[in-house]
Amino acid sequence: MLKRFQKIPGASSFTKQTDLPVLLPYQANSSGHPVDLRFSRWLTSSSPWLMIVLFLFVSLYPIVVMAQSKFTIEDAFYTLWRWLPFVVGSGFVMNLLISFFTMLIGTTTGIMLGLGQISLLSPVRKISWFTTQLFRNSPWLVLLFIVMLTFPFEIEIGERIISIPDWMKAVFGLSLPIMANISEVVRGAVQSVPTGQWEASESLAFSRTQTIWKIILPQCFKRMIPPWMNWYAILTMATPLVSLLGVEEIVTLSRQAMEAEDNHPELLIPFFGFALFLFFIYCYPIARWTLKLEERYSVKL
Amino acid sequence: MTTNNWTPDQPIVSVKDVHKSFGKLEVLKGINFDVMKGEVICIIGPSGSGKSTLIRCINALNGINSGSIKVHGLEVNDPNLNKLELRKNVGMVFQQYNLFPHKTALENIMMAPMLVLKESKEEVRAKAEALVSKVRLDDKKNSFPGELSGGQQQRVAIARSLAMNPDVMLFDEVTAALDPETVKEVLVTIQDLASEGMTCILVTHEMGFARELADHIYFTDRGVIVEHGPPATFFEKAKDPRTKEFLSQIL
Repeated sequence: MLKRFQKIPGASSFTKQTDLPVLLPYQANSSGHPVDLRFSRWLTSSSPWLMIVLFLFVSLYPIVVMAQSKFTIEDAFYTLWRWLPFVVGSGFVMNLLISFFTMLIGTTTGIMLGLGQISLLSPVRKISWFTTQLFRNSPWLVLLFIVMLTFPFEIEIGERIISIPDWMKAVFGLSLPIMANISEVVRGAVQSVPTGQWEASESLAFSRTQTIWKIILPQCFKRMIPPWMNWYAILTMATPLVSLLGVEEIVTLSRQAMEAEDNHPELLIPFFGFALFLFFIYCYPIARWTLKLEERYSVKL
Repeated sequence: MTTNNWTPDQPIVSVKDVHKSFGKLEVLKGINFDVMKGEVICIIGPSGSGKSTLIRCINALNGINSGSIKVHGLEVNDPNLNKLELRKNVGMVFQQYNLFPHKTALENIMMAPMLVLKESKEEVRAKAEALVSKVRLDDKKNSFPGELSGGQQQRVAIARSLAMNPDVMLFDEVTAALDPETVKEVLVTIQDLASEGMTCILVTHEMGFARELADHIYFTDRGVIVEHGPPATFFEKAKDPRTKEFLSQIL
């Protein structure tokens, strides 16, 4: 009796392996899936005004509290104003620089690792899979510590000594998790291409390399852009991590500036609030754009 | 590579005692047939009878478990088979067209000769233009697959396979996904091909077409060839009860 209900003609035989171009159900929890843009969704789910109002509120609230103290909130904001060129010019620019280089290295290595994951050679596939899982599931801070403390600060090649600046080491450290996640993005995107495309190009006597580079990757390139941008936004938000290791960026420099100004506690909210504000106005448009692209590309498949 | 000792008096495709299983499910249980150059063969049968699997084995999209398939002298069931060499000789058209969506119709046709056969671009372009005319799509050659109807896409797919100058064409239920009114334009294209002497192996549900065009019809059910013969005998004097039942349902 029950069997009769389970078998709906034409609808019961859904399997993952089919050469029909079926629309797969949305999987909110499968990480690495190309449509998995939880971070961007979260970031854009709030109105930009909310964040600005919040920023103003936390900044202005102390005025009421600190009205009587000698170091007024106006003084605090004036101090921020004086330090602004330093905090932005030497600090936030550094965050952006770290994020650019990390993304560059992470993407290049990630694409290679992702292609390794779909290699026909079993050892290559297994090593790529293991590397991906290893760095995808490690805390970023631990990876950063390992790279920062184990990498040499200079390399001797013959008689020349090349010094590696701190921020460069930070770039290497952050590249590892980005590499692993981009690897999953590539693998997921390649697997999202219908098997019919593989069969068609195989039956036209394309080699596997030709199939991947001429047929498969051009088709999933668009699908990779939104998750790639999603990871860029996550990475940018994560760059202040390197301040724990003494690399000069916005948080490190804000703290130095506050110390130079006698560590007034009133300075905390303007300075760190300003840092938050900068990250927000940088990452929010990226997240918006990501979702827009995702929407555009997902319609036309 | 297998030495190519094929001569025109031998069958261009020779299938002998082919067995094929997916896991425990045996879908082909000893299939035999020969196709001579220029012949048109139709394979018909109920769904799940192994027709598509059989045709996909011929260009090694699916491997076989035992038996032998020889195409133009190349043994398909050979671990050292040069699959690319085989597939240069065998064109295949799919039910779902499988055109490359990021390329225009003309580019779809030009890709394989340029990348696989390494022919010059001008040469390939001239050939592709001729093929586009042949499938009557001159005005659509710069359209992307997404802008074409199913029938038009399928004709581009046929032209794409022809661009490789294959000896044998495989058609895997090429009209099954089409609207009834566009089926005809695709069938006419195949008919043209057959009349030019192309060897065609079709898996099809178009009985009228099979009767008119095929030199030989094979009826498969549950992994075996139940009955076969030239269309006249096959459709009028079917002997096997399974064939009779199938034909009574479909005609």
